[in-house]
Amino acid sequence: MIKDITIGQYYPGNTVIHKLDPRIKIIITFLFIIALFFIDKFLPYLFVLGFIIMVISMSKIPVKYILKGLKPLLPIIIITFLLNLFMTRGQVVFEIGPLDVTIEGLNKASFMAFRLIFLIVGTSLLTLTTSPISLTDGIEKLLNPFKKIGVPAHELAMMMTIALRFIPTLLEEAEKIMKAQMARGADFESGNVLNRAKSLVPLLVPLFISAFRRADELAMAMEARCYRGGENRTRMKQLILNTRDFIAMSIMLILFVIILLYRYL
Amino acid sequence: MSIVIKNLTHIYNPKSPFETKALDNINLEIDKGEFIGLIGHTGSGKSTFIQHLNGLLKPTSGKIFINGLDITSKDVSLKEIRQKVGLVFQYAEYQLFEETVAKDIAFGPKNLGLSEEEIEKRVKESMEMVGLNYEVLKDRSPFELSGGQKRRVAIAGILAMKPEILILDEPTAGLDPKGRDEILGQIKRLHEKYKITIILVSHSMEDIAKLVDRLIVMYRGKIVMNGTPREIFSKSEELERLGLGIPQITYFMKALKKKWVNIRDDVITVDEAKEEILRAIRGNNYD
Repeated sequence: MIKDITIGQYYPGNTVIHKLDPRIKIIITFLFIIALFFIDKFLPYLFVLGFIIMVISMSKIPVKYILKGLKPLLPIIIITFLLNLFMTRGQVVFEIGPLDVTIEGLNKASFMAFRLIFLIVGTSLLTLTTSPISLTDGIEKLLNPFKKIGVPAHELAMMMTIALRFIPTLLEEAEKIMKAQMARGADFESGNVLNRAKSLVPLLVPLFISAFRRADELAMAMEARCYRGGENRTRMKQLILNTRDFIAMSIMLILFVIILLYRYL
Repeated sequence: MSIVIKNLTHIYNPKSPFETKALDNINLEIDKGEFIGLIGHTGSGKSTFIQHLNGLLKPTSGKIFINGLDITSKDVSLKEIRQKVGLVFQYAEYQLFEETVAKDIAFGPKNLGLSEEEIEKRVKESMEMVGLNYEVLKDRSPFELSGGQKRRVAIAGILAMKPEILILDEPTAGLDPKGRDEILGQIKRLHEKYKITIILVSHSMEDIAKLVDRLIVMYRGKIVMNGTPREIFSKSEELERLGLGIPQITYFMKALKKKWVNIRDDVITVDEAKEEILRAIRGNNYD
């Protein structure tokens, strides 16, 4: 089940999109989200759609893979759609029982659904095309100016990297412990909610203990290699802005301006 | 007949690019009361194999019978199988979770739905079986014990379910020599005293040579050798090609034989080697 969630899972590739500077990709994603909320008509969506199709085709990520990522969020999209559909007052088109469907409702509902879908696809494109390591690198660099006001940028980035690194390890560990307890007759699958929650204790206690042990060992191993935070730390891969980064940024800015023009003109 | 395995095949992630055949048409019979050693280099399918024996993994194809009961059929009671076949995982102490040693050992019997008195009796028995003092340790937290003691608590947790077949996956990994000898001694005693069928997975050829009646060698999901330790350890080149080896003492005796023709080199334990060297010295005064 956990394996089915593709939002945020890196899809390796060697395309222009993959090679873009992570800082630029993060900024573009932010601008994209902001732009989406400026849209109040259907027409600008065409530009957004065009932009997304362009990015997807350039990144060579299978459309099926992206649609699979939408799947777990489908309930949220449907609920939003239905709420907007039935809760908007206006000219009634038809009635289902006590509920009225209005033209305005239909409009708003599909409008909101599109916004959500674009939001999810757009943001997942960032993580799909950026490896976790370069993503945290980018975040660290972007937060650098805030170091002066006491934001621990390097530490935050390091924490994120470590957390991401240990997700598969912990999943593996959980499976191992689960099997060991099942060998002792533990039952994780049947019973009501309360019993099932209770049956997780034999899984969670050893899992936490091993997570703490791992954290201890990792801290020790880092110290043994003289790790001491971000000060004067050089990096193996320097982030350098390229022509392609400027081109990507310009395209995003053009899209942003078009959307603003539609809103205010 | 205790365990019968017929054409057992297991494929991970079938029909995907990550498809791997972990077990490839395994056929094996294990008699009641046998002490089996299972060796093979990392990734040879040992762990996948033993997880099939108590129903943690389901075969892609093939059948497994335990005392005549087909444990691969759908309507079989998994609890019953897991009671009959006790599986002690590698680094078993990582499964401990209760506040006290006694409570942790009682986890298995409790899942079997036994009465309070029976559970307490079994906890006592199984702690005694692995050489832990019940009165001293029962109320201690399992997390404040030594590594060897923790591991024995975990083994006791399986023994408390009174399995007829006990599978141990590298029970001595990561222990100091004292802890290792204690655990191996207790496993040997369990086999002799309670006639439990034991399958021991190990990377230590010395431990295997000392303990087991029959040795099974796995390579790339197949059983490639099956015989007494003496037979199998006589084929050192073949074992080395499979990424394995023979006991140090057998290497030593082979080297000795090059200088000293009258000595046997099919010796697999230190005690045997001592006897053989003494015999050779007394029998003929160096030729």
